[in-house]
Amino acid sequence: MSDVKKFLYVNRKAPHGTIYALESLEVVLIGAAFEQDVALAFLDDGVYQLVKGWDTSELGVKNFQPAYTALGDYDIQKVYVERESLEERGLSEDDLIEMTYEDEDDDWAEKSSIRIVSREEMAQIMRDSDVILSF
Amino acid sequence: MCKNKNKDLRSTWIWQGIKPVKLGICVLEGPYQHEASDTAYNFAVAALEKGHEIFRVFFYHDGVNNATRLMVPPQDDRHIQKRWSELAEQHNLDLVVCVAAAQRRGILDEEEMKRHGKDANNIAPGFRISGLGQLIEAEIQCDRVVFFGD
Amino acid sequence: MGMLHTVNKSPYQCNTLESCLNHVGEGDVVLLIEDGVYAAMKGGRAADVLSAVQGVKVCVLSADVKARGLEGKLIDGVEVVDYAGFVDLVTETDKTQAWL
Repeated sequence: MSDVKKFLYVNRKAPHGTIYALESLEVVLIGAAFEQDVALAFLDDGVYQLVKGWDTSELGVKNFQPAYTALGDYDIQKVYVERESLEERGLSEDDLIEMTYEDEDDDWAEKSSIRIVSREEMAQIMRDSDVILSF
Repeated sequence: MCKNKNKDLRSTWIWQGIKPVKLGICVLEGPYQHEASDTAYNFAVAALEKGHEIFRVFFYHDGVNNATRLMVPPQDDRHIQKRWSELAEQHNLDLVVCVAAAQRRGILDEEEMKRHGKDANNIAPGFRISGLGQLIEAEIQCDRVVFFGD
Repeated sequence: MGMLHTVNKSPYQCNTLESCLNHVGEGDVVLLIEDGVYAAMKGGRAADVLSAVQGVKVCVLSADVKARGLEGKLIDGVEVVDYAGFVDLVTETDKTQAWL
C-alpha cells in the first residue's frame, strides 16, 4: 500500500446546531499537514455548512465560515457537494460560498474547489476513498 | 499478563488463517448522555477478545468527557471512565483525548492545568491529552477506523 | 469486499437510514445499531423500505435489539449479530462509514 491514503471527510450535519461541523473542520485543517489525498463531502444537512451569508453576532459565537474559504490555502482542492441534497433544500450552487485553490499544474490558476456531484457519484466517491471520517 | 493472553489469541488466529487487523476507534459523544460510548466500549472489548490490535481510541467532541476521573455514577450503574481505564491497563491501550476539544470542556491533565493557571485537573488514568494529529495518524496506520457518535 | 455502513438513528426521527440506503452499493452491509435497530421492527413503515433493499446485507446489533424489547419482532432477512459479529463485519469489509 502506498503511504498516501485517500481521506474523505463526510459532513452531514448543519452548522451551529451541534459542534460537529466546527470540530470536523478543525480535523480537516490539522489533517492537511499530513500530506494525504484529501477530499471533503457535503451531503444531507451538511450542505448548510457551505451556504453563504452567516452572521453569528447575535448568537454570540465565532463565525467560522471564513475557515471554509481558506481551505484552498491548505491545498484542499476537492469539495464534493451533493446535488440532490441541495435541491431537496431549495438550494443551488449560487447559494454557496466560494471555495478556490490555485492549480499548480495550470500556472497557479485560481479554480473552484466545489464540485457538484450526483448522489450516485457521491456513493462512488465514498467507495473510492481509503478512509472515511464521518462527522 | 492479559497482553500475553492477547498475543496467544493472535497466534491462534494466524494459525487458523484469520488475520488480526489493526483497529482505531473514535468516540464523539459524552458518556451517559449518548449510547455511543457504550457501543464503542463493547466493540473494543469484542475486538480485543478476537485478538485484534487496537492501535488507538481517540476521544473527540463531547467524547472527551469519557476521560474525567471525577464522574461518580450510581453504584448500580456502569462506571464508564473506570471501564476505559481498566481496559487500557489490561491491554496497554492508547486512549487519546483531543486537546482542543478537552480544553473547551474542562478536561485537563497536570500540564494543561499549570499552563492555563487552573486549580485542578481531572484526567483519568490511562488517558492522555494530545492533538488531532493523533486521529489522522490512526487513520494512516490502522487497517480500519470506526466512528461512534450522534 | 463492500463497505460497512452503520446507522444509529431511528428512521422515524430523521432521514439517516434513507440517506445511507441511497448511497449503498452491491455487496455492502448495513448494520443497524443503537436507535437504528427500530428500522427493522415488523410492521413499521421503515421495515417495508428495508425489505425492499436489494444486493445489500442488513444486520442488527443484538444488544440494542434486546435492550429495546425487539427480540422476535424483527422482519425476516435481517441478520442479528453480537459485538463480535460487528467486529467481523468491520474487518471483512473494505471500510466503515458511520452515518452519524
